[in-house]
Amino acid sequence: MIEEARHFTAELAVIGSGLAGFAASIFALNRNIKTAQIGNTGAIAYTTGYLDLLGSLAPDYAASIEDPWQGLELLRSSYPEHPLCRIPQTDIHTAFEQFTGFLGECGISYSSPGKTNARVLTPAGTLKPTLCMPATMQIGTTAFSRQEPCVIIDFKGLKGFSSSQIAANLKDQWPELRNTTIEFPDMSLGEIYPEVMARALEVPETREKLAKILVGAAGETKIIGLPAILGMHSPDLVRKEMEQLTGLEIFEIPTMPPSVPGIRLREMFEQLFPQKGITLIPQQKVDKLKIEQDGARLFLSDSFGPITVDAKSVILATGRFLSGGLEASIDGITEPLLNLPVTQPGSREEWYREKYTDRRGHEINKAGIEVDASFRPLDNNGAPYSNNLFAAGVILAHQDWIRGRCGAGVAIATAYKAVEEVEKYLS
Amino acid sequence: MTEKPTEQTIETEVLIIGGGVTGAGIMRDLSLRGIQTLLIDKKDLCAGASGGNHGLLHSGSRYVFSDLHSAIECRRESTILKHIAPQCIEETGGLFVAVAGDDPEFAENFGSKCEPAGIECTPISTSKARELEPLLSDRLFKAYRVPDATVDPFHLALLNVAHAEMVNGSSFRPHTEILSFICKNGKIEAAICRDNRTQSTITVRAGQYVNAGGAWAMDIAHMANCKDVNLLYSKGTLLVSHDRLTTHVVNRLRPPGDGDILVPGGTVSVLGTTSLRVDDLTTVKPTVAEIDINVREGTAMIPALATARYIRAFSGVRPLLQSADNADDREVTRGFALLDHSSQNLSNFCTITGGKLTTYRLMAEKTSDLIAERMHNSKPCQTHTTSLPDEESCRWTEPGASPKYWYRANDPEDMILCECEMVPQSAIDEIITDAPGAEDEMNLEAIALRSRAGKGPCQGSFCGIRITSHLYDRGHYHDKTGLIHMRDFFNERFKGMRTIIWGQQAAQMELAEALHCGLLGLNNLEDD
Ligand SMILES: Cc1cc2nc3c(=O)[nH]c(=O)nc-3n(C[C@H](O)[C@H](O)[C@H](O)COP(=O)(O)OP(=O)(O)OC[C@H]3O[C@@H](n4cnc5c(N)ncnc54)[C@H](O)[C@@H]3O)c2cc1C
Ligand SMILES: Cc1cc2nc3c(=O)[nH]c(=O)nc-3n(C[C@H](O)[C@H](O)[C@H](O)COP(=O)(O)OP(=O)(O)OC[C@H]3O[C@@H](n4cnc5c(N)ncnc54)[C@H](O)[C@@H]3O)c2cc1C
Repeated sequence: MIEEARHFTAELAVIGSGLAGFAASIFALNRNIKTAQIGNTGAIAYTTGYLDLLGSLAPDYAASIEDPWQGLELLRSSYPEHPLCRIPQTDIHTAFEQFTGFLGECGISYSSPGKTNARVLTPAGTLKPTLCMPATMQIGTTAFSRQEPCVIIDFKGLKGFSSSQIAANLKDQWPELRNTTIEFPDMSLGEIYPEVMARALEVPETREKLAKILVGAAGETKIIGLPAILGMHSPDLVRKEMEQLTGLEIFEIPTMPPSVPGIRLREMFEQLFPQKGITLIPQQKVDKLKIEQDGARLFLSDSFGPITVDAKSVILATGRFLSGGLEASIDGITEPLLNLPVTQPGSREEWYREKYTDRRGHEINKAGIEVDASFRPLDNNGAPYSNNLFAAGVILAHQDWIRGRCGAGVAIATAYKAVEEVEKYLS
Repeated sequence: MTEKPTEQTIETEVLIIGGGVTGAGIMRDLSLRGIQTLLIDKKDLCAGASGGNHGLLHSGSRYVFSDLHSAIECRRESTILKHIAPQCIEETGGLFVAVAGDDPEFAENFGSKCEPAGIECTPISTSKARELEPLLSDRLFKAYRVPDATVDPFHLALLNVAHAEMVNGSSFRPHTEILSFICKNGKIEAAICRDNRTQSTITVRAGQYVNAGGAWAMDIAHMANCKDVNLLYSKGTLLVSHDRLTTHVVNRLRPPGDGDILVPGGTVSVLGTTSLRVDDLTTVKPTVAEIDINVREGTAMIPALATARYIRAFSGVRPLLQSADNADDREVTRGFALLDHSSQNLSNFCTITGGKLTTYRLMAEKTSDLIAERMHNSKPCQTHTTSLPDEESCRWTEPGASPKYWYRANDPEDMILCECEMVPQSAIDEIITDAPGAEDEMNLEAIALRSRAGKGPCQGSFCGIRITSHLYDRGHYHDKTGLIHMRDFFNERFKGMRTIIWGQQAAQMELAEALHCGLLGLNNLEDD
């Protein structure tokens, strides 16, 4: 194999292919900034598809917030360091609108950001608050709030998704909920996987076969809930056709990761970004990042050889431990690409509380990098590391996205802000 | 869960308190003599030191300097166990190694110290040692081979109980805690227990009462007003690595200290141990400081320990016996003690504590001899010759065994629920119906204790969800109980993870918490 050195240039290099990275590229596209995005596979394949803004508040993250916008106000007074408190609400709203709008244009419709959180279903039969959800999941929420009769259907061979579990846990709050189990067409033996089922449903014959089974399973009931398997590339179309074939209303419930709604987003971005002029280098890790006064150079390599990217500015959206944006060792937490200082508890003893599900959450989750008002990471002296380096997403300190139920919120809002600052810097 | 507490009386010939290996061993020994028993544990089998140890089947060599008597006892007992319970034992062999900085004289004398104990100990060259164990430090200066082995205490305890249940219908009750005794005329008349799951009271009337409470033996003896059990507590903390780093047990050749032994166990290795006096048994758990010491010290012997991936840490408590008449005497023995409490004016109560996993059978024999004599039963002990039979539902604790059974059965419908350890659905089904201690609404901790589920790198964070779903599908759960069990299981597993979450485990933990709390909201369950 001939190794050829490949080289790309851009005004902005986005490092990271999580929600923050993809959102940053979308916002940069909307602002006509020439962008290259490089990102290893990360947490996006784990996401449910729900886009949370803010679901619970410290200190005990107990009751779920009904009005996330009002929640942001409360957060501003109780915890002003939180990244979401450093961005005007109107910008956060615009960010969600632009992001979901883009997804809709590309064939994955989302509910637009409203005034209140919806209560959405989880595969365990609990409910969680979220701001925007894929259109394929919406009927579940309305059927629940209207207490309409509904059947949750699971599949023989699909592990970790039990309709009896969902029904057993929701029966007090949703007496009209029933459940049943069916076999997926042509996959009656052994274990089956959501991703495989979703791809199978891209094929019309599979849809027809499944529709017949669903009609039988639904009986008199008009609304059915399925695990999230309704196609990979055009879920809205698949769902619509399934509804026509069955005469039922159908919605999806997220499954255990890797989950189809997350993979849908990733595949859609990977397919469409290049068409829209974004240089996307997916499934790759930036090995080295050199930041200089007037530009940055990224070093990486794939099976065809080395790649360099020169960019005027960089957004670091590399996530936390799961994605490799932060690293924990026996001695402490570090940021591996630039060795940026990481705000963290004094010792490992303080990382985690004694009890896993302690309502106050764990201190380690608030560790992260510090940024200035323009979302530029700070160096050891508290000054911006460089004028052309910005950061977005859950790598940022002072937020616990897990307990706050604000994963997408932090990712999308800070990406919006960072891109705005990039634009200022570039002009 | 909301049922009213009820009362119940159970009659049995012998009540054994404490479901560690010792209690389980006594149960089997007595059953083979035709004596019927009830074994209870406030938590579950191996909830104490029997589930919190190294799993080393001592050749005795570790004690040749300090305690020749124990060394000989271990040598004899380990030989017996290798014959009667080979299914619980892996004959790994052991190495003793000294590294630069260790006392050369101590190292030199080791061979001659093993001799009087009758322990086969062969000096080998350091290059041979490193050939056997490539991860050993290049700073070795002395090495010996000894017949150490490893033992799976869970499998061992389960098989002892299962055999006793089979032989004469003796039975085991988990989560049954002794609270007090009713004593009259020099005898215990009844034991008052509480079912910790239902909170109901259970009165047990037995002819004989055995306290096999390990570190808790003093507390239990006090309940019968016996003042002759004096224990000090020494806590030990150990770490489990993700991979098996050595094939042999590797001991540091120096006076016992922190981080001086690495014991393989199936697909993992266990590094230990620290030793810390504690006063309170309720707060025993690993600390970051203990973990760091073990890793630092262990690294001198095996440098790879510095960068190894650890998946779990745990602590156990060794009860150290003090002589009765001089409670201040710090001279403690590492052996075991059987107290017949006749000096405390009780004729049907005894306490067995101390000792080792390796000597559990002997401890059970001595205790059973006493009980048999008191009951005028003249049947001799058989456990040193009678093999421990296999029992299907107990086979799932063995590391690496589940995939074997699963491949052999070759049933595509039998899905793997724990992917780290390859535990299939059928194993879970077998355990909840047939394993010792199986019961309705058996929880995930109890299932995990009887299998490898949750013991791999994800520590149950995924399989906990899958097994729960499966149990809902089976109709094992009908309401929120399954979610509560799942949350409690994750909380329990976390105790063993809290101090070792770095490297890949930090990523693992973030994913787990995103799932359990971010998505499923288990931190917000309302159950109380
Ligand atoms: C199980 C699970 C469920 C979730 N459910 C929800 C939900 O219901 N609602 C919600 O709003 N959010 C949810 N999230 C959160 C959400 O998916 C994102 O994790 C979060 O929004 C953070 O996004 P991020 O882009 O900052 O970081 P990440 O998503 O972690 O992305 C970081 C990216 O950076 C890449 N990267 C790291 N280092 C390098 C490098 N050197 N070179 C190149 N690339 C690199 C990684 O590969 C990854 O692609 C969930 C997350 C998980 C794990
Ligand atoms: C850190 C450490 C490492 C060790 N390593 C080894 C080794 O490698 N090899 C070896 O041979 N030995 C080893 N040992 C020793 C060995 O683990 C113990 O000697 C052995 O497990 C003791 O078993 P047991 O049944 O006597 O006590 P335990 O296993 O402690 O059992 C006592 C039981 O009593 C129950 N109980 C307590 N109070 C009550 C109550 N009120 N009502 C009902 N039940 C109650 C507890 O729940 C517990 O299950 C080690 C010990 C420690 C602490």
